[in-house]
Amino acid sequence: MLTLGRASLVLALAIALVGIVSSLYGARSGRAEWVAVGRRSMYALFGVLTVTMVVLEAAFLRSDFSFRLVASHSSTTTPTFYKLTAMWSSQEGSLLLWVWLLSGWASLAVFATRKRLRDIAPYATSVLLGFGAFFVSLILLFAHPIQLLDPAAVEGNGLPPLLRHPSMMIHPPMLYSGYTLFTIPFAFALGALITRRLDASWIRSTRRFALLAWLCLGTGILLGARWSWSELGWGGYWAWDPVENASLLPWLTGTAFLHSLMVQEKRGMLRVWNVSLVLATGILAIMGTFLVRSGILESIHAFGASTLGVPFLVLLGVLMISSAALVLTRRRELRSEARLDSVFSREAAFLLNNLALVGLCFVIMWGTFFPLISEIVTGRQASVGAPWFDRYTVPLAIALVFLSGIGPVIAWRRATLGNLRRNFVVPTAAAGAALLAGLTLAGEPKPTALAMFCGAAFALGAVGQEFWRGTRARRAATGESLPLALATLVGRNRRRYGGYLVHVGMALLFLGVAASSAFQHVRDVRLQPGQSVRVEGHDIRYVRATGTVDREKLSLGALLRVSKDGHEVATLRPSRGYYPSPDARQFGPIGRYFEGEATSEVGLKTGLERDVWTSVEPNIDSFGRMVDGIDRRFPLADAASQGLLLGVIAERYRLDPPPAGFRMIVSPLVTWIWLGGLVAISGALIAIWPKPKRARAWVVAASRPRLGRAVGRA
Amino acid sequence: MDPRAKRTFRLVVALGAAVLLAAALVYTSFGAASEATTPAALANAPADGRSYQLTGKVVPGYRREGGVLHFRVRERAGRVSVPVRYEGVVPDPFRAGREVIVTVRREGNGFVAERDSLITKCPSKFSSEEAS
Repeated sequence: MLTLGRASLVLALAIALVGIVSSLYGARSGRAEWVAVGRRSMYALFGVLTVTMVVLEAAFLRSDFSFRLVASHSSTTTPTFYKLTAMWSSQEGSLLLWVWLLSGWASLAVFATRKRLRDIAPYATSVLLGFGAFFVSLILLFAHPIQLLDPAAVEGNGLPPLLRHPSMMIHPPMLYSGYTLFTIPFAFALGALITRRLDASWIRSTRRFALLAWLCLGTGILLGARWSWSELGWGGYWAWDPVENASLLPWLTGTAFLHSLMVQEKRGMLRVWNVSLVLATGILAIMGTFLVRSGILESIHAFGASTLGVPFLVLLGVLMISSAALVLTRRRELRSEARLDSVFSREAAFLLNNLALVGLCFVIMWGTFFPLISEIVTGRQASVGAPWFDRYTVPLAIALVFLSGIGPVIAWRRATLGNLRRNFVVPTAAAGAALLAGLTLAGEPKPTALAMFCGAAFALGAVGQEFWRGTRARRAATGESLPLALATLVGRNRRRYGGYLVHVGMALLFLGVAASSAFQHVRDVRLQPGQSVRVEGHDIRYVRATGTVDREKLSLGALLRVSKDGHEVATLRPSRGYYPSPDARQFGPIGRYFEGEATSEVGLKTGLERDVWTSVEPNIDSFGRMVDGIDRRFPLADAASQGLLLGVIAERYRLDPPPAGFRMIVSPLVTWIWLGGLVAISGALIAIWPKPKRARAWVVAASRPRLGRAVGRA
Repeated sequence: MDPRAKRTFRLVVALGAAVLLAAALVYTSFGAASEATTPAALANAPADGRSYQLTGKVVPGYRREGGVLHFRVRERAGRVSVPVRYEGVVPDPFRAGREVIVTVRREGNGFVAERDSLITKCPSKFSSEEAS
């Protein structure tokens, strides 16, 4: 198996190189058979990388500790679910996942365009295979996932406890899918620039991939935020950490592109801008991967010193220089077919939306890379914190939410006074109502939160009005019932109404962010059983201590009763899990549980109005003497005895707990962030889904050869 | 106005606005930044209210008193260490020997950390420790 895995990686590099050469030769000579070789190389690359993935996953599943990676990132006690995901907790495994996803998505793109874009596609194929060759080379030279451990380990280190969360299965693959999918429009844009075929056809052919990339990356970001809120013990969902920011950058430029491409399709404008946005998005996707791999910036997602920084910098340099050179040399062909007629037009609204998104991207990039910038300028590293980010991102986000209400309803070319009056009365009234409600209900004035509420109400009013008008018109024309008319309206105009749903989702999401940021109440307290604390009208009582032992860890925690206005509303069980350090010799068989990794399990009561969030930090210092005594008496305790001894400690903690530290948070409308995200995801899926006509055409096209054979036989 | 002159005017206004915003961004970022520094560089820092982003490794022997965590941060590859007094959430991976980043100010003989500013780098992700 080891040999098969290693050989498949070497074969993958050879296939990618053959594919690059044949695609380029085919494109230059016009020989279709060489182009086809390039295309098949992409499918073959996906095939052999799938073999490598299967070999490695099988090794994780059967705990084969002769694989160095399995021994260092899994163990026999790791649950099966996490054995499957442990591969991408490592540098080597996550690079393999990246290139495997790239080859899979790229194969789909190459297959989808095999009968279109005949000039552009071979160049795009060679660019995508170039990315594949780069990543496979990195894996082979610097981070080989299939290395022999001789002699094989008896037991592995296990998956870090912090990564044991269901999101681990889906969060990294989603992010990597987003990154890799954004390289597809990038590759086709380069192909279009090289061949000077700069009409909108390449955009139309890759639009779905751009949208899918946006969807996957956005879902990955949202899952990361949810993971942070519901699992990690710090009580937040976004920390402006460099690695988080790195994922947001291509998502922002991708969002800008998905809007401005409509202007190019409709009016033939913004062609330089669009191609630049696609190229920037592709480069930012690679830059995000570089930030994660290189350890160049201090991040909570510590990836340590890595040797991958230099190759990535070289790749980024090549991509930036070649992209800039191609755009500059093709600027005549990229000239717009039309000019902006009026600032009161949909084109202008989209342009403003693009400027706000690119501005956001620039601000976040500046803040993220500021430690490097300040070192270059002043010779000293310095970094900016959350208040600096908030100062710029909050106004830009408010502007974006308002623009998300203007864009869908303002007229193309030039809006008349009548058009403005007809389309903006309802959204403005909704914003006014939100302002009044905010001023009345909010105890203390929070201007930015209030502005965001108004923006969200404005956007919801505008989009709601569009849904209502469309449904009403359809009912008038067909006599359908209201739900059927609405469903048919959305089904027949998926791109348009899917997009509107995304706007609804984003408005809800920003509503949740604004409310939970401005009106959150946090208390840090130390309590003994029986004591209570009041947080924003909620009485939280520490009823008793809890202590349990399972196969992997010792858990110490608390049982909390939450009541409001005298009525019990929730029972929460925050706890902290103590996983053993592998070094039993240094710390002792029991002491190692207090010297290994520890993770918080949050006690969370979610609701549409507010979340009540609690975490506990048990005081384990008082166990020091007891643990030392046990370790001295039972230095060779086996696993079963360790379980019994840990049970004694857990019992002692339950019966006589020292005061524990608690963080308690009451945060309004957090659930709306996740609901808004789900609505936006649904909208994007509707927009991506093929139109019924096209879906039928695909079915017919797929069955045509079979039909032909059947007719031939008859 | 002549359409070409109108376009030039718009371009100048847009570029002017962009330059102004960029200047504000640069100015505020340098003004609001916390300097990243090591324990050795910080050992003789004055108590002038400036905040620093201290990075280094946690020295064994840290202790909690009520809600306050007392620990020392030493050089990544050296012996110089400085004492830090911290209140707020202690990240799950916090341990002796772990690499931390914390925003601090000098107060008397030690350093007081900004609330909730402690970040502990997770050493296990992407590092391949030898298995037993």
